[in-house]
Amino acid sequence: MTTIRIDGRDCPTRSDINLLQACLEAGANLPYFCWHPELGSVGACRQCAIKQFSGPDDRKGRIVMACMTPVSENTIISIDDPEARDFRASVIEWMMVNHPHDCPVCEEGGECHLQDMTVMTGHNTRRYRFTKRTHRNQDLGPFVKHEMNRCIACYRCVRFYRDYAGGDDLAAFASHDNVYFGRAEDGTLQNAFSGNLVEICPTGVFTDKPFSTVYTRKWDMRGTPSVCVHCAVGCNTIVNAREETLRRVLNRYNTDINRYVLCDRGRFGHGFVNAPTRIRTPLNTIDGQQVSVPMADALTAFARMAAKGRIVGIASPRAALETCFSLHTLVGPQHFATGQTRHEQECTELAHALLTRHPGALPTLHEMESADAVLVLGEDVCATAPRLGLSLRQSVRQASFHTADNAKVPRWMDAAVRTLGSECPSALHVMTPAPTDLDSVAAETFRAAPDDIARLGFAIAHEIDPSATPVTDLAPDDAVRATRIAHALMAARKPLIVSGMQYGSLALMQAASSIAAALARATPAAGLSLVLPECNSMGLAMIGGLPLETVMEQARAGEISTLIIVENDLTRDLSPADVAELVAAVPDIVVIDHTVTPLCHHASLILPVAAFSECSGTLVSQEGRAQRFFQVVFPPAPIQAGWRWIQALARSLDPPPRPITGLLGWRDLNEVLAALAMAFPNLAQAAMAAPGADYRINGEKLRSQTYRASGRTVIRSFISVRDQPPPASPDTPFSSSMEGAYGPEMPGALVPTYQAPAWNSVQALNRFQFEIGGPMRGGPSGIRLLSHAEHHDTEPHPYAYATDIPAPYAPQADAVLVLPDTRLFGSEELSMFSPPIIARSTAPMLGLPASVTTSDRMVLHLEDGPHILPVEPVPGLPAGIALCPAHMVARAFRFPRMARLETVPGEGERS
Amino acid sequence: MTPASERPLTAMIDPAAGPPDCAAYGRAGGWQATRLALGSLAPAEIIDMVTRSKLRGRGGAGFGTGQKWSFVPKEPASERRKYLIANADEMEPGTFKDRWLLEGNPLQLVEGMILAAYGVQAGHGIVFLRGEYQEACARLHRAIGEARQQGWLGENILGSGFSFDIHIHSSAGRYICGEETALLTALEGRRATPRSKPPFPQTGGLWGAPSVVNNVETLCNLPHIIANGPEWFTGLGLGDDGGTKIYGVSGRVTKPGAWELPIGTPLRQIIEDHAGGMRPGYQLRALLPGGASTAFIDATALDVAMDYGSVEKAGSRLGTGMAIILDDRTCPIGMIRNLEHFFAQESCGWCTPCRDGLPWVERLLDAIEDGTGRDEDMDQLDRHARMLGAPGRTFCAHAPGAMAPLASGLKLFAADFAAHIQQGRCPHQAGAGAGAGP
Repeated sequence: MTTIRIDGRDCPTRSDINLLQACLEAGANLPYFCWHPELGSVGACRQCAIKQFSGPDDRKGRIVMACMTPVSENTIISIDDPEARDFRASVIEWMMVNHPHDCPVCEEGGECHLQDMTVMTGHNTRRYRFTKRTHRNQDLGPFVKHEMNRCIACYRCVRFYRDYAGGDDLAAFASHDNVYFGRAEDGTLQNAFSGNLVEICPTGVFTDKPFSTVYTRKWDMRGTPSVCVHCAVGCNTIVNAREETLRRVLNRYNTDINRYVLCDRGRFGHGFVNAPTRIRTPLNTIDGQQVSVPMADALTAFARMAAKGRIVGIASPRAALETCFSLHTLVGPQHFATGQTRHEQECTELAHALLTRHPGALPTLHEMESADAVLVLGEDVCATAPRLGLSLRQSVRQASFHTADNAKVPRWMDAAVRTLGSECPSALHVMTPAPTDLDSVAAETFRAAPDDIARLGFAIAHEIDPSATPVTDLAPDDAVRATRIAHALMAARKPLIVSGMQYGSLALMQAASSIAAALARATPAAGLSLVLPECNSMGLAMIGGLPLETVMEQARAGEISTLIIVENDLTRDLSPADVAELVAAVPDIVVIDHTVTPLCHHASLILPVAAFSECSGTLVSQEGRAQRFFQVVFPPAPIQAGWRWIQALARSLDPPPRPITGLLGWRDLNEVLAALAMAFPNLAQAAMAAPGADYRINGEKLRSQTYRASGRTVIRSFISVRDQPPPASPDTPFSSSMEGAYGPEMPGALVPTYQAPAWNSVQALNRFQFEIGGPMRGGPSGIRLLSHAEHHDTEPHPYAYATDIPAPYAPQADAVLVLPDTRLFGSEELSMFSPPIIARSTAPMLGLPASVTTSDRMVLHLEDGPHILPVEPVPGLPAGIALCPAHMVARAFRFPRMARLETVPGEGERS
Repeated sequence: MTPASERPLTAMIDPAAGPPDCAAYGRAGGWQATRLALGSLAPAEIIDMVTRSKLRGRGGAGFGTGQKWSFVPKEPASERRKYLIANADEMEPGTFKDRWLLEGNPLQLVEGMILAAYGVQAGHGIVFLRGEYQEACARLHRAIGEARQQGWLGENILGSGFSFDIHIHSSAGRYICGEETALLTALEGRRATPRSKPPFPQTGGLWGAPSVVNNVETLCNLPHIIANGPEWFTGLGLGDDGGTKIYGVSGRVTKPGAWELPIGTPLRQIIEDHAGGMRPGYQLRALLPGGASTAFIDATALDVAMDYGSVEKAGSRLGTGMAIILDDRTCPIGMIRNLEHFFAQESCGWCTPCRDGLPWVERLLDAIEDGTGRDEDMDQLDRHARMLGAPGRTFCAHAPGAMAPLASGLKLFAADFAAHIQQGRCPHQAGAGAGAGP
């Protein structure tokens, strides 16, 4: 820490930052554009000009760019200096020379950083009297709109897209005042993080295209903190709604996880909530027809079903903790199934066990960014956990940071660090069966079958710790590779091993944990991260339950009278034959879901459950972080939270079974979580993921609308001019209106939107952080349930290394090992109900090793029959392996599996 | 004409005979310095000799060459990748001195680069050549090929253990590539935008490796400094600076051209003795002493010695030493408009004041010259000259350079500006034939 003097005021500040950051952290209003906390400084826009004085006697000073000037002891600066103010106003005036001034029709209007900065500098009169330069805009695909005339050329977009996210199809073109940011030609932006341009761009060049179709001003929307449901990483989001429509998803800063960036699946996957496939009323099957019925009738129907015999509940890794737990309470542990196959359940339980007993670190995404050696073992994280992949991409910059440190160049001096580090070696090793997006920044890539990757992993572990199980018959090349990677990992201060269950391989995860544990003996910071498939896979693993196979056995034995299936499309897990058998064997199937899935066709009763935006609940991410999402939309009854449906079902039982009496009395989320804590002590802290519904600031609820919200009678005036009372949720501390407390000190888990005096754009976030890019003033969001801290209390036990080392994969003549071609757009269930994501998903192709791709189409024989698929060669794919985009081809598909592959009858080989 | 011994840079240039080949170059005294340096001088001694010679960068900025080299890490070329780059991206309007050297005697540059590379222990040489210099490109290719064939370039030159080779990069264009950091960025295949310093190129330049960028004329001096000694070199200059300088004059003089003269030769002597004075019927009104990005000086300052310090005292810069003359029958506002059109077009687009300020200036000058200027336009020109002219406000020196002729022109030609605005037309275009040269 040091102290600098800003306009005569002494401000304590950090010493390793620049003056812009120091001024902002001191609460000063200093305008800027090109600087971004995650992208660093480049000095392009010249907006943050201030006066710096060489000492107390220097009256003249000189203009410097705050973002390019490091904090140093006894720095004396002035923001208010007339010359500096004048220059800053001039910079805005120059930017505005060609700006169209179309704020009234611009979708950035009201949350535009350029508007804020213009007001801040005081520029308000146009003196440029000549014609403006204009640009032609491009169609950038289903996610992002393009309006280049608004551009002020801050270069943030290309710096984010290319330098940070690794994209290559967005660039700066041309020069002087004609510089153009776009693609070489119209077309869809290919990078997985293109949607962040919407927030990175300080004005309305890049705007949210799906939001545009349901557009409304920021100040007319309600906002609540939420958590992304499209993978297990647990990125934090803000959901915005007006009336009862979810309008958009924005990034919500969580210093440990997603920070400033969301992947496109997370940002645009929410379309399922408003899709025509939504279930909005109870549907009862009467005489073979599903008819809409009132809630009371639905519950009566359920009571009749329940009276017939045993009820078994099937939960889901995409349902909230409270929903799973309430079902568990209703049916009892003996009749509670997780909704996963035995194999998937083994994988998630193993992941949980390995993380729990890992003697080293369980790094957050942010901590992964500073890992100085990374080994990805058999998981295409860019497809299964995209935001995690982006963090790994940042980790390769560690060597360049050290080079910069040695050259005494601050790490935030972005262009300089990139220049110095342009040939610094990467320390990222990617071992996967198929190419991944990280390959381009990896030190080395290795393509092999999952079992062979696991073997190499075990060999690396043995190399690091001789007491780890050795691998016999390793090919000489692989032995050399194992030694090399082992040494690279041992040389690191903060090594990281990443694996997951994409390929359904227990051995891969065991190998990964063995390496990490072996490293942790000498390096306690050695990290382990395991990727899970669904947003609450970890939460469900911590509850536990029966696998689907057991449910099938019970059904076959005629032991199940009624199945309650919550937010789970079993047709994705069970083969068509199994589904048919289940439907035939179980008299009544009750499906509680928000979306019509193929399973619904087999249901006797369908109950409309609230989507993530319509209720509040808790999800546990793959790193074991419990996080709360809050209701922003108040849907018409009877759409309600899963646990409320289950409670309603319980209440309809007459008489109620004795163990569920607690369930009957729950009034709000707090009480559900209290019961959960009693039943599952390992999940007790989930209640602390966020303050409860009774949380107040100065006796007030927290407002979820901005203080600029238009009158509430106006919003609904086309329906009724009567003043409607704002809706209220018993589960949240939010007022759902513009009344209530709000401010930068509010708990981090409860920030519903970013706004501060003079700051209306997302950049207002700066005001909510202690240190920009650091923790939130109001404390962290979410709570970690898995902690490695306990290991340090006692003497470390010898790590129990896995001993079950798989045999080498031997390709077969008549069959291929089919592995999932997991796709960012296309593989995840819910986002595939979202129109913009559907538009981005490409047709399923069968990926084969380039050497065997001899015809344009092949027949793949899966459990549900033959599939004729177009074939594409996959460079480097090992022999005997085929990649198949699982659920786009066969609904139910279990990995790994051997399958027969044939040429299409009557089609010759490609010449 | 000055005796050949007093114009070392151009002594061997004979347009009729074409550039000398390796043998002819050697017969005329070439390669002596290389033999001496690689045979018996340590790299540090080369740097010391160049420092003592007081050679200053001939590209325009005038930074001490020896001092520039002193920041380069000292590891031998075999142990660390380093680059020596000849800045042959001669795009300054009115400047054509490097072209003369490149076309006339490319081997002199090759030898200069070998010596510089040996001094800083760089194993890789690159000539960053202006794209339009196609003849120079062909001649350089021939010269480098021949030098390589004869062992002056390549592995283990003269058995010294020092290896060095030269590649030619023909630029895709843009004035900003002459700025040394933008040049590096362009060489890396990226947009030619300048870089912030630190890191300075000497420590973190091309692809992050230590790199020295020197102007062609600067490098061409090296064989002579090493062969004849720094004291000989300093003795060539008339004032504080050492050596000769290629001076040039363009505009309505009798004999426009370029001449190698002792550095510090008075401007009047260059214009009157070498350029033959103004053409009949034209008076000298003002001039840009060293290219488009230097400030105007008027006829009262003609006795200034053309060295770095003296020209600066006169309110301008030596720049490239290639003067552009404004005569009394050419509209000064038209000339400034033409210059600002160039600078606005050549802005790289990286920083706001330059990217959006220069086109504004250009349009204001267009309006004034075309007769639609307004009084308040002068305030805007003043504001731009003030805001863009001071160093540190824009990312690089492009905009301050662009403001040099404008700011000085606003003072020197205030009456012309006022006349344009008051009369609503360009007074120089009133009479028949005025404004257009014979």
